[in-house]
Amino acid sequence: MNFGFTQEQEELRSQLRRFLDERAPMGEVRRISETEEGFCRALWKEMAELGFLGLTIPEALGGSGLAWVDLVVLLEETGRSLLPSPLLSHTLASAALIQAGNEAQQQQWLPRLADGSSIGTLAFLEDSDSLAAENIKLIGQPDGAGLRLAGQKCCVMDPEAADFFVVAFRRGEGERDLRLAIVEADAPGVSAQAFPMIDATKRMGNLELDDVHISEEAILSGSASGASDFERLLDAGALAVAAEMGGAVDEALRITVDYAKQRIQFDRPIGQYQGVKHPLAEMYVDAESFKSLVYYGAWCFDNRPDELPRYASLAKAYATEAFVRTGIDSIQLHGAMGFTTAQDIQLYFKRSKWARPMFGDAATHYERIVAMRGH
Amino acid sequence: MDFDLTADEKRFRDEVRAFLAEHLPSVEERSKIGPAFFPEWWRKIREKRWVGFDWPKECGGGGGTIMEQYVLKQEMLAARAPGLGRDYTGLGWVGPAIIQFGNDEQKARYLPDILDSKSAWCTGYSEPGVGSDLAALECRAVLDGDEYVVNGQKTWTSMAHTGTGLYCMVRTDPDVPKHDGISCLLIELSSPGIEVRPIESFAGDHFAHLYNDVFFRDVRVPVANRVGEEGEGWEIICSALQRERSGIAEVNRHHEALERLFKLAAQSSMAGRPALENAELRRRLAAFDARIEAARLNGLRSLTRQVHGENTQSDSSINKLHNCNLLVEMAETAMELLGGASPYTGDTEASLYKGRWQIGALGWPTTVIGGGTPNVQKNIIAERMLGLPKD
Repeated sequence: MNFGFTQEQEELRSQLRRFLDERAPMGEVRRISETEEGFCRALWKEMAELGFLGLTIPEALGGSGLAWVDLVVLLEETGRSLLPSPLLSHTLASAALIQAGNEAQQQQWLPRLADGSSIGTLAFLEDSDSLAAENIKLIGQPDGAGLRLAGQKCCVMDPEAADFFVVAFRRGEGERDLRLAIVEADAPGVSAQAFPMIDATKRMGNLELDDVHISEEAILSGSASGASDFERLLDAGALAVAAEMGGAVDEALRITVDYAKQRIQFDRPIGQYQGVKHPLAEMYVDAESFKSLVYYGAWCFDNRPDELPRYASLAKAYATEAFVRTGIDSIQLHGAMGFTTAQDIQLYFKRSKWARPMFGDAATHYERIVAMRGH
Repeated sequence: MDFDLTADEKRFRDEVRAFLAEHLPSVEERSKIGPAFFPEWWRKIREKRWVGFDWPKECGGGGGTIMEQYVLKQEMLAARAPGLGRDYTGLGWVGPAIIQFGNDEQKARYLPDILDSKSAWCTGYSEPGVGSDLAALECRAVLDGDEYVVNGQKTWTSMAHTGTGLYCMVRTDPDVPKHDGISCLLIELSSPGIEVRPIESFAGDHFAHLYNDVFFRDVRVPVANRVGEEGEGWEIICSALQRERSGIAEVNRHHEALERLFKLAAQSSMAGRPALENAELRRRLAAFDARIEAARLNGLRSLTRQVHGENTQSDSSINKLHNCNLLVEMAETAMELLGGASPYTGDTEASLYKGRWQIGALGWPTTVIGGGTPNVQKNIIAERMLGLPKD
């Protein structure tokens, strides 16, 4: 038994941190987040060239064939730096194809995802508060040699950057009828819109499907029960978001600790007062604790799939409560300075608002944990 | 990262399981045998060298690796086996201090009794004026020929009324900085001049008499009973042999308590409706689950750091904070679920479930305060891990 990162994973972490510190320092993060696209295509290409976009994609399809534990290292670092990019969307679109795509579909898309030439995202939800498979109502109507989709998807990450969407829909009423299909952004009837966000480093919005025709070849074959693919990808999403939250909480804590060491009041650094140091200690305990859950969940993704649902929920629930609290406490510990746009800490506070509902808020996951225990 | 046991670890686990299947009677059988069960059990596990499994082999221990210690503990917990030896304090830190700082004569004199479950050591750290600031201790030992003469008081001394010896930190030099004037003496509790007085706890039941005041009036302790050099006491306090510190025993207790709490909730009502229909309660119970699992996994991360010889000093503080919060909050949740039965005490028809939940709701201070309060743990984390200035 070994609950640590390998030498290679530590090296990947250092490489990522150097890269992000150099190419996406906070000033650059702010600048990129204000551009129209909301991410930097040159940086995205560089990330592809360095192999960061193909970590979990099989080697034969242009990736590195690594595990989700390696992916966690990447997501923690991009979470730490608040990098504005479609990385989460990309990660989950890749996971969908690896999980449910047939050989032809994987051949078509995974090399393009690994080399950064295509950007994919998930378009699952129709009701922003429900992740339940039964709330996917979009029906694929027979349409010649394929199907026709008409409806709306919400909370779609990076809707305007995406070249294709992995859309969840139904072929009928049964649980097995839940299916995933690739819908290309430039197909007739497809339109996507991003809306203004509290956290400007993230883009999100709606996908409109106006009688969009999809061919049978675009439908991911997946497992016998379509709902199990759908749920596994939601669990992957919860873990991926929680991994980014781990990096973000660490950095919010570091920024606040630095401030507490430098800010002098009543002739002492405020970090000397227990009223300041104790909440910081609590943040540290919570961060280390939910990261343990994230790491184990990521390991389960590849090694103990039966345990994935429980640990994805434990990780996202704990991470959500911890990050929301860290966001609020770190602003308060900055005093009036925390209220200004000049300080970076507010960017982490805003990130916590984005992360809270993504792939299930604490209430959703805690309820699922109790249900999984048979109550 | 790999959470599966290695082939060697599995082999050892199977050895432990086979032993338990052969030698550990069921809980019912054990209660029939009564107290006579324990000496026989201690003898058997002593033969396997699982008493003092973390001690070096040359000192009579088992020389188990960190992972083997973890596996042994986990299997014993899963089988609901009694503790690995009787002298918890002797095995835990008095023996290790003697191994690390004691001389050959002390090792020969004390270690076998600890391993054979014959001794029962107590710890003499705290004093009336000295809690979290342990280095300020004042209990005085003055050299007189080949003996120290000890005067002063220790307090919160667990089980001093039934123990055999006191592992005691005393001030041998009041004129040097406080950390440099402390020495470690092994004092027989039957020595003339020692008086043990019980401190009564409000918790009642088996918590009622756990702690004691220990008074010393001209107690003569041979110099041969000093562990380490004079003035080396603080170093001894701060040292610890490499030992499994995953917190698995606490996590195991929390898992069991949560399972019982779910059962209690399934039988209880809240605000006039079945308790498990209450969304707030469901969320609270699930959050306990998340924190217990996080504590379990934190423990495994710490274990890996221990195996790699990395610094794990504040891991125990993180562990303790989780333990304290869980103990208090789970006990309080149980009291809420008991409703009108919760104010009763003792095993009556009014208290429900033999009054066990009420004991839990009063008994947590033993664990929460002992070994450093939660606020002290937060200071340790803030200063050691975050580099914040000392108060």
